[in-house]
Amino acid sequence: MSQFALEITDLKKTYDSNVVALKGINLSVKEGDFFALLGPNGAGKSSTIGIIASLVTKTAGNVKIFGIDTDENFPEAKRLLGVVSQEINFNNFEKVIDIVTTQAGFYGISLKDSKLKTETTLKRLGLWEKRNDQARTLSGGFKRRLMIAKALIHEPKLLILDEPTAGVDIELRREMWEFLKEINAQGTTIILTTHYLEEAEQLCKNIAIIDYGELVENTSMKDLLSRLDVQGFVLDIDKTLDQPPSIPQFPMSLEDSTTLNVAIKKDQSINHLFEQLSALGINVLSMRNKSNRLEEMFIEMVNKS
Amino acid sequence: MKRGNEILVSLITLIRKEIKRYLRIWVQTLVPPAVTMSLYFIIFGSLIGPRIGTMDGLDYIQFMIPGLIMMSVITNSYANVVSSFYSVKFQKSIEELLVSPMPNWAILVGFIMGGVSRGVLIGCIVFGVSLFFYPSFTIVNPLLTISVLFLTAILFSLMGFINAIFADSFDDISIIPTFVLTPLIYLGGVFYSINILPDVWRNISMANPMLYVVNTFREGMLGVSDVSIPFALGMIIFFIIILTSACLLLLHRGVGTRQ
Repeated sequence: MSQFALEITDLKKTYDSNVVALKGINLSVKEGDFFALLGPNGAGKSSTIGIIASLVTKTAGNVKIFGIDTDENFPEAKRLLGVVSQEINFNNFEKVIDIVTTQAGFYGISLKDSKLKTETTLKRLGLWEKRNDQARTLSGGFKRRLMIAKALIHEPKLLILDEPTAGVDIELRREMWEFLKEINAQGTTIILTTHYLEEAEQLCKNIAIIDYGELVENTSMKDLLSRLDVQGFVLDIDKTLDQPPSIPQFPMSLEDSTTLNVAIKKDQSINHLFEQLSALGINVLSMRNKSNRLEEMFIEMVNKS
Repeated sequence: MKRGNEILVSLITLIRKEIKRYLRIWVQTLVPPAVTMSLYFIIFGSLIGPRIGTMDGLDYIQFMIPGLIMMSVITNSYANVVSSFYSVKFQKSIEELLVSPMPNWAILVGFIMGGVSRGVLIGCIVFGVSLFFYPSFTIVNPLLTISVLFLTAILFSLMGFINAIFADSFDDISIIPTFVLTPLIYLGGVFYSINILPDVWRNISMANPMLYVVNTFREGMLGVSDVSIPFALGMIIFFIIILTSACLLLLHRGVGTRQ
């Protein structure tokens, strides 16, 4: 079997409305990877995922899942693939347990086995207590979990999640991160699209950025972040200032009278900054990143393209 | 063998889901035809029927029974598939099927079997109701009756499926049943024999496909018909083949299902 969970070659998609969504994407995701596919709205992420999952018909190109060409044996490829769509896609009037059991049946899992698998999966995702509830009565977070339960019921080797934490509160989001890390550690390859760049930075080993239907970056998260030359920090200080202190190596601005914004180059020492501030009689009470590092990089790349 | 077994399991799952869907809302799906047909039997059969006398040599209520059963089978098998398949499109739960390894033909058969089962079940309910009003009813040709019952349910389930594929709104799934199916059924010999019509209207009626379905079923139940049975059966089977091919082609191309 291929060492790649996913191989995409020259993938193109033009919709009936003549909108060109994909202009020829080439992408490989290694088995066991936790991969981020990022891009602004309308960049082509969902079209790519839709084609992989057979929800969208491609115009040209080739998709292989664990070496299986989807043009030659899509059913076999689909068996290895689980997809969590961006939008809720189950019957809201059915019970949670019925939705998951039925999904297992669509993958050819017998009723007896699917009941066992459903119990295990629902318990794993904290949905077992709600198994007899109609899906429409679930909160947004539980609906997201149900989507993941459906996608995992046939134990796919490749799981694709299209913005799985959109609209989910931070506590639940972090719970889901832990869960995804756990299944990735157990060997499931994960491809994630998200608008929360902190999420991608926390979870993913490799990253591709797509914009206007083209890949503008495809590298490791570490490599991408190492290319970030300047980072912005926010410092809370113990002194009230009317204007920012003048330290030539560290350009600064005042956010308010006790908060400083400072840009620090990759090769500059933060200790040196603290020394300089201390010499001016300013002590730093706390410090944080101005924005997510990946976010800065992402905006830079998308603006360039 | 393994693949075949998987397909069979997925097909049974879909059929079970479809049957559970209409049984869960039995007050909306099973009761109304029984109530409506009871009213037809009371008004046209018991009250007005005796004043009409006989039709094709049969008591009017007896003549009506096959027509009313067919009317119920046609409308319910069509309605089941068009509403169910459009709903899964509307709710996007069709993605559950599309991402799975189920082949297109199994998806089609699953929905059609759902429509057929409801159509046949309603047909049996209406026949049961008719026995209250005409207890001495006996079926002349059970094999032909059952064959036509299933073939008709399959044919109109396929039509409902195509309607749902092209439907973009809930209005689109009610237009054809209201403005096409219902008039054709009412003018298709449910309540009368075309032999009572003037020549011109009788000839026009011969172009109504419902006439062949209703009369073939009446031949099976009562042994009387206004049309050639081999021709009618041939046409029903011909259209089932054509519509099945069309459905599979539409699914393969992703029309109305994939972007």
